[in-house]
Amino acid sequence: MTAGRGRRRACVLAALAGVVLLPAMAAAETITVQVTKFSFVPASVTAKVGDTIEWVNADFVDHTATAANKGFDVKLPANKSGSVTVKKAGTFPYFCRFHPMMKGTITVKK
Amino acid sequence: MNTLKRLGIGLAGLMLTTTLGLAAEATKPTDPEIAHIAYTADNIDIQAAEHAVKVSKNKAVQDFARDMIRDHEAVNKQALALLAKLKVEPKDNATSQALVNQADATQAHLATLKGAAFDKAYVDNEVAYHHAVNTALETTLIPAAQNAELKDLLTTGLQIFKGHEDHARMVAGELK
Repeated sequence: MTAGRGRRRACVLAALAGVVLLPAMAAAETITVQVTKFSFVPASVTAKVGDTIEWVNADFVDHTATAANKGFDVKLPANKSGSVTVKKAGTFPYFCRFHPMMKGTITVKK
Repeated sequence: MNTLKRLGIGLAGLMLTTTLGLAAEATKPTDPEIAHIAYTADNIDIQAAEHAVKVSKNKAVQDFARDMIRDHEAVNKQALALLAKLKVEPKDNATSQALVNQADATQAHLATLKGAAFDKAYVDNEVAYHHAVNTALETTLIPAAQNAELKDLLTTGLQIFKGHEDHARMVAGELK
């Protein structure tokens, strides 16, 4: 009985927490970039501070998403994904270290 | 001297193109022959890259060589899986033999070089080699391939190797 009440209270608390947290969570988005046939698609994406960029590598070779300013270096093994959360506003060109012809840009707004 | 050397390397590349072209023109290669040619071409580049990783002291050259090993091994893995699936046994042929003979000659020459001379010769050869293989893929191997999945893999391979050719040109530019 006590345990039951405790669980109910926990549920109520969790629900309340959800109400408070949800608007904040909804604000941050995940932007997906396909890595396919040796290209970043789309090559240019726009994000807000706090958003996550996720690269999905559909190629059977390894790639990376490496910032030109070395701010991030995400390994993208064959048929796997990787991501980075953007924390600063600005324009960030990036490339694949293994295939320097592959290029993309993330524009981060405040 | 430098111009002569460059000319020599250019000629070697040209000869490879011609050899590949002639051998392929004589008879249209069959799928088992195409598979053998592709696999042979891949392995030649892996071996050259393994040698470069050991010999070169230049980071850009070493990184490039590691990229070649990683990608060509990935292509080979994909090719072997496809051959097993299709139950195709690769068949040795004149073009594969020409590739091996040419590679042996190139390797023998590279083995005599060190330092910057090696770096330049290796990267220049990578430009010429990828260009020759890409031309063969584009004009002969892909059009001749009968199986759709083999044709697809060769087309993907061509895209990868065109990237390698560009990458090699970029590294060659940095070495000058």
